[in-house]
Amino acid sequence: MRYLPHTRQDIDQMLAVTGHADLNQLFETIPDSAKTKTALNLPEALSEWDLNTEMEELASKNAACGSYTCLMGAGSYDHHIPAIVPYLISRSEFMTAYTPYQPEVSQGTLQGIYEFQTMITALLDMDIATASHYDGGTALAECALIALNKSKKANKIAVSSLIHPAHRQIMKTYLNPSEYEMVEIPADENGLTDVGAFNAMDDIAGVAVQSPNFFGNIEDLGSFRAGADEKKCLLIASFTEALAHGVLKSPGRFGADLVAGEGQSLGMTKSFGGPGLGLLAGTKKLMRNLPGRFVGKTTDSNGQRGYVLTLATREQHIRREKASSNICSNNGLNAMTAAIYMASAGKNGIREIAQLNHDKAVYLKNKLVNAGFKSVFSGPFFNEFVVKAPSGFADKRRELVEKHNLYAGVPLESYYPDMTDHYLFCATETVSRQAMDLLAKEVQ
Amino acid sequence: MKSIEELNFPSDVKYTDDHEWAKVEGDLVSVGISDYAQDQLGEIVFVEMPEIGDTFGQGDEFGSVESVKAVSEIFLPIGGEIVEVNSELEDAPELVNTNCYDKGWLVKIKPDDLSEMDSLKDQAAYLEMLKG
Amino acid sequence: MTKPGTSGLIFNEPELWEKSREGRCGISMPRSDVPRADFDPALTDDAPELPQLSELDVVRHFTRLSQWNFCIDSGMYPLGSCTMKYNPKTNEVQAARTGFAAAHPLAGDQFSQGALKLMYTLEQMLGEITGFPAVTLQPAAGAHGELTGMLMIHAWHAKQGKQRSKILVPDTAHGTNPASATLCGYQSVNIKSGPDGILEPDTVAEAMDEDTAGIMITNPNTLGLFEENIKEVCDIVHAKGGLVYGDGANMNAVMGIIKPGELGIDVLHLNLHKTFSTPHGGGGPGSGPVAVVEELIPFLPVPKVQKENDTYSFITDCPDTIGRMHTFYGHFGVMVKAFAYILSMGGDGLKRASQLAVLNANYIKESLKTTLDLPYDRPCMHECVFTDKTVQEHHISTMDMAKRLLDYGFHPPTVYFPLVVDAAFMVEPTETESKDDIDQFIEAVKAIVKEAASNPEKLKSAPYLPKVTRLDEVTAARKPCLKG
Repeated sequence: MRYLPHTRQDIDQMLAVTGHADLNQLFETIPDSAKTKTALNLPEALSEWDLNTEMEELASKNAACGSYTCLMGAGSYDHHIPAIVPYLISRSEFMTAYTPYQPEVSQGTLQGIYEFQTMITALLDMDIATASHYDGGTALAECALIALNKSKKANKIAVSSLIHPAHRQIMKTYLNPSEYEMVEIPADENGLTDVGAFNAMDDIAGVAVQSPNFFGNIEDLGSFRAGADEKKCLLIASFTEALAHGVLKSPGRFGADLVAGEGQSLGMTKSFGGPGLGLLAGTKKLMRNLPGRFVGKTTDSNGQRGYVLTLATREQHIRREKASSNICSNNGLNAMTAAIYMASAGKNGIREIAQLNHDKAVYLKNKLVNAGFKSVFSGPFFNEFVVKAPSGFADKRRELVEKHNLYAGVPLESYYPDMTDHYLFCATETVSRQAMDLLAKEVQ
Repeated sequence: MKSIEELNFPSDVKYTDDHEWAKVEGDLVSVGISDYAQDQLGEIVFVEMPEIGDTFGQGDEFGSVESVKAVSEIFLPIGGEIVEVNSELEDAPELVNTNCYDKGWLVKIKPDDLSEMDSLKDQAAYLEMLKG
Repeated sequence: MTKPGTSGLIFNEPELWEKSREGRCGISMPRSDVPRADFDPALTDDAPELPQLSELDVVRHFTRLSQWNFCIDSGMYPLGSCTMKYNPKTNEVQAARTGFAAAHPLAGDQFSQGALKLMYTLEQMLGEITGFPAVTLQPAAGAHGELTGMLMIHAWHAKQGKQRSKILVPDTAHGTNPASATLCGYQSVNIKSGPDGILEPDTVAEAMDEDTAGIMITNPNTLGLFEENIKEVCDIVHAKGGLVYGDGANMNAVMGIIKPGELGIDVLHLNLHKTFSTPHGGGGPGSGPVAVVEELIPFLPVPKVQKENDTYSFITDCPDTIGRMHTFYGHFGVMVKAFAYILSMGGDGLKRASQLAVLNANYIKESLKTTLDLPYDRPCMHECVFTDKTVQEHHISTMDMAKRLLDYGFHPPTVYFPLVVDAAFMVEPTETESKDDIDQFIEAVKAIVKEAASNPEKLKSAPYLPKVTRLDEVTAARKPCLKG
């Protein structure tokens, strides 16, 4: 087996040094009663060539093959990924490197993550960003815990019902063992979070609002900031589409205390939902409360600029049971991916791509409405929107996948039971006018 | 790290088993960590302080002192209310290393019961504990 | 060649914004074929202050940065408890297949059969390897898996009608163990390992009571020793109504040798980025699947993968589930790589890997035990722990030896962990290192110990060859500068 370099001679020579008769004897400290009696019942080892065949067969069973038009978002977005991104990220020195605990031989990873942190603060207009988390949902749960742990009196967190359903579910799972309570803020008829309902709440440690929200609608974070100030609680702004901040006013401009979001749109493939990239940012005041890794700039003994993991005393390997989070790894390689993507797109590029997303989504919505769909919300949105389909669309939708390799929206009924025949459509810069015109024609 | 002989233990303060010191200053009691503690911790990077007005009992954890790779909780030598925290340590935590008994003080408290000082160790008893 | 480490031409490279020039762009702008739709200006802002670079700027920047990194593909990482084995390149090819990489998680069961079948089969394989009937692939990392497992233990106790407040954690445990316990509201009770470095049943029995939810055990433990009393320890915990959490980070030592599920462990997490060869990526992404006994199946996170005849689907109707741990299904891209690895190795191959991993570690232990102090002179598993006792007289520490190893072309072993050993120097070679590479490592350590005696000052300022020398971590913590 090509991954196992030992020859018979190697093994014999090594066993002579360890003093064992054979490889089995190496496990003499394991009581016989503990050893397993059955060999591992796994398929016989495949050659690289048979592996390719088998994996290609499996991959082809996903209707993602060839070119297909993706008009679905809901937390996973189809964007163009420049060739240099997978090219650079596949470099051994990035891919097969360990966590940069020995900084002298990890400056590549460390400077890369430092640059990532910096660009995320620029994107979100926040003071500080961590070196990343697993995904937007877990980052949001961590923010909820920060707000709740920090508050000396309040033990409730107000959560918009228009935050991605999965993110809310994760938060619920994380908060379950504690005495903390999640209070949902209902939506209003415009598909926005009801500020009035939030303002009427008591005993709140923090308020979490997603913008653009799950329906793609742009929330008025300013009024939540005002409400949070009244209640002396923290404002947590979340998002699932990082590119929105290329054109929209970012959470930092609204005075968010904490920001949690999904960064998959910044150069990562959808990959059936993971790995993505959890983004977490905060104000300077909250620096020592933030979980996860930080890269900081410093100098070496020759005065040369260098980077290290810092403020590690917040983390589990030092604080152990007193750590505010148990997080160990970050999604390092994906953070580097985002850094490469943001560096490539740059200030103007990201603005243009974001604008193009908006142009496409507006065009799609108009086409669908003209084709007989109903516009559900009238306010401004970014690259996603909700429409009500004419009856019988569910079958048509399946046909569109099978015949035209086109995924027409995400059905919303399973998330919001009274939204029957409602679909969340997404149009990014990858969708051609041609495809949108075809869809409109097919559903007329 | 230094040997006991190289470290400093003034006689005008009292010491705890956890290496804090306490000194009566008029109505208040000043609190810090001993030369042994700062030497063991190494270069101090951050001191987590309580807030003015917080109250603690004798032996309660009231904050922590951090070096790059370690965190040490600090315990109040006698019970009382925090009336002053050393704000200089925010920008210069290294004062705890260089001047742990004067400029590197941590908090000043209004004591609940001054007689609690009697349960603390004097210089001789603390030295004995360190050598033992 | 005695010493792989050497110097070479290393490029300097500034920060991205120092290279930025107004007007440059490194991305190809897609053609616009639809009319422009303007936003209400009240909603928009100036473009974010990202740098402006050409494509070559970006390529050169990150290429130069990469050259400053040590990595498995360039040298050995004998990091205890990390299992830095070779990351097979065919795994990358598999994960990059369009069918996998471009798959949208909400495409629907009918159009995701490939992904679902892969996940289902991987769950079965991991269950077979570890001896458990069910596995979830949802946790995104080892620590995430620990939290998942502890949440299930918490949920199980709640269902029993009486929540408990404590959990037993051995002194050799990884820091994520007590941290995960705290997140579930459990107070960690420290259990001292015996003089042999393993848990003693009496110590556990003394601490175990009906207010203790269970115990968190790593086996082999972080000293590289097999917990010989594990069955008895599990019985003791079970007898008082507790559950046993297994930290499976060290699974690389025992594949095909033991099955944790057969030893009394109730819930176990695995690290795909350790045992199952997926790349570390400079700090992630990893994947931390969790395997459970029959009784804990109802508490597994949702959605779960189900197979009916030859069709796969997701189910969410599980009333006792702890809920959701990840926005979608976990790190699918990482699962593909681990799946490809298991298919490439087969059952015999995995067992062989464990045997050779243990052989390599014991070989190093025997070869260095006269050079470095070995606190536990007994057979080890896939890793062994030394201390710096033999060099202390020269005022040299584990840290100094670690830094000097960098000049020799090796990443240092794990240092200062586990905490039960003073100044630990923990070596885990893994099975993919050849005898030749290991002999080089042994020679390097011996040379360094010699240097400690003859030229200690050299070690104190090491390393000399990498891009930077020792860094000022004190200032970095006192005056954090976290962005440019």
